[in-house]
Amino acid sequence: MSGTGDQVWVFIELDGGRPADVSLELLGRARELAGRLGVQTGAVVAGAGCRDVTSLLVSMGADHVFVADHTALDAYRAGPYARLMTTLIRQHRPQIVLYGATTTGRDLAPRVASELRAGLTADCTDLQIGDHKTKDRSYEDLLYQIRPAFGGNIIATIVCPEHRPQMATVREGVMRMPETDDARDGETTEVAVEVGDDAAKAREDTPKAGDGPVVLRPEDVAVELLDRHKEEKRVDLKGAQVVVAGGIGVGSLEGFDLIRRLADTLGGVVGASRAAVDAGWIDRDHQVGQTGTTVRPRLYIAAGISGSVQHRAGMDESSRILAINDDPQAPIFSVAHYGIVGDLHEVIPRLIRAYKDKGAA
Amino acid sequence: MPATSEATRALRLVVLVKQVPDTANVTGKAMKDDGTINRVALPAVFNPEDLNALEEALRLRERCGGRVTVVTMGPPAAVQVLRESLYRGADEVVLLTDRRFAGADTLATSYALAQAVRRLGDVDLVLCGRQAIDGDTAQVGPQTAEKLGLPQITCVSRVDAVDGETVTATRSIEGGYETLRAPLPALLTVTDEANEPRPPSARLVLTYKEAAAEVWPDYDDSYLDPKSDEAEVCLVDHSGRPVCRARVMQWDAATIGAEEGTTGLRGSPTRVKQIESVVLAQPEAKMVEPTDEGISALVHELVEEHILG
Repeated sequence: MSGTGDQVWVFIELDGGRPADVSLELLGRARELAGRLGVQTGAVVAGAGCRDVTSLLVSMGADHVFVADHTALDAYRAGPYARLMTTLIRQHRPQIVLYGATTTGRDLAPRVASELRAGLTADCTDLQIGDHKTKDRSYEDLLYQIRPAFGGNIIATIVCPEHRPQMATVREGVMRMPETDDARDGETTEVAVEVGDDAAKAREDTPKAGDGPVVLRPEDVAVELLDRHKEEKRVDLKGAQVVVAGGIGVGSLEGFDLIRRLADTLGGVVGASRAAVDAGWIDRDHQVGQTGTTVRPRLYIAAGISGSVQHRAGMDESSRILAINDDPQAPIFSVAHYGIVGDLHEVIPRLIRAYKDKGAA
Repeated sequence: MPATSEATRALRLVVLVKQVPDTANVTGKAMKDDGTINRVALPAVFNPEDLNALEEALRLRERCGGRVTVVTMGPPAAVQVLRESLYRGADEVVLLTDRRFAGADTLATSYALAQAVRRLGDVDLVLCGRQAIDGDTAQVGPQTAEKLGLPQITCVSRVDAVDGETVTATRSIEGGYETLRAPLPALLTVTDEANEPRPPSARLVLTYKEAAAEVWPDYDDSYLDPKSDEAEVCLVDHSGRPVCRARVMQWDAATIGAEEGTTGLRGSPTRVKQIESVVLAQPEAKMVEPTDEGISALVHELVEEHILG
């Protein structure tokens, strides 16, 4: 076994040349998991000219950075990236590999899991280390992959007792961003990447432990990226100090104007439950919850949101939660610090007026 | 947007669909007292984004010609989504059902689906919904693509062109989109942005019912339930002449040549260690009256505590 065996890895997604927040957040959690296991952390970063980010990754928690710098990896595509990951995982045998649950991570991780026949759990809201017993065997130090399931009526803990690596995807904001520590040391491995033009070369690509080049086969690079258009995030939910979120109780597209007015008045950002997004009342960028964004603002106002476990997973660490709902039994009240039972269409205008009048009070 | 040049040949299209519990409408009866799921109490529905995948396949067939085959894996009752597919215009449907498929995670599911697609033979495009509403994992599409050795384009919000050699599609990414071109055969996962799925066709429902009534006078719609002892069922009249163009097939693990230990729970790396039903704590919220006075006092308190600026 090479010296890199049993590590806890994070796939580092680059966004405009910089590591995505979710990747750095995962490095923080990888650091904690690795500490518990007594192993090192690894970060895999790929792209054209991506060496610059190495020191940042080390300062954020990576003990070992694998850098695959090659023009064929310039923009993310499933084929070459999956080949890179499966080759490196077979060579270095990490025990855990984590991915952001982004459109990239959710495209890549299942492809890697399928080739490696590894287990994979999507959209985890927590990751822990623990033991597991079956009738015949007991296992130590497995990755607990914890997520709400089945419409949020249950919280499932998933384990992969027999298969390695154990893999999971996690949404942005679920894990806390680690502190940077410029004094940390890390090792860097330059990953050699070759594009196998002829079939003979591809056939040589038999998986074996140790360092060898990553050979991208012609079929791995067969998909062409014709165009990519990406705007800066218009909604900064994660950084907002005040989030005013609307749910199905808002009732209509027009109803969200009221939510917006309250958000504007309080200097906050508009959030939404998945139900409101699915109803088409508001853009998906505003969605809070397990499959949206996780927020921890000073104040979270949930208006007309019943509070499914998936939604609560995305907001229950807010410093203060105010729930407004006409159903006194709504689950949202169980996580709220303040509750108002009433019609949000009457309560919100009163809130706006009360805030505007606060100086006069 | 790239110029649209359409296929010069008919397309062999396979759509992978799933029958799911309607998690969007979970009621109190859905959970048993011991915290497990009472599946009986949950209505089963056609996974919404799989309908978008079927719609995309039907549109491609209308433009380019070809054949649409719909495949689902599930218990015998899952044949309902195949019926729904026929009523929308699918040409043939395959039910993968076998006790050996039970308890499959996404990896074992993708294995069985990939084997079924292989058995169907020369396929140009495999389409499925981006994700199913019961798990929201979005894993089965890419895993099936990998098992089949196909390139994938996931999260497709628009199929731009199919020219017989390649497919060009646009996928939604955070804050934008990207357009990719993949050689055929390829696998696409489709989102609800891609199209508006058509409703069942009254004409097709009628066609199937009339044909069935002719074949089986005591018609009870069971003609679309494949018989477990038959590998293929084609709807024919008394003289053996096909009266419906649909073929309804039921395949088990042996039919698709599944290797021992690759399907169902045995073929699944993941295990559910623990299920906790969500028990809500007693409300501890400080209740505020929905009056001007109550709300003013609340705002005052939040400002005092520097929660609000």
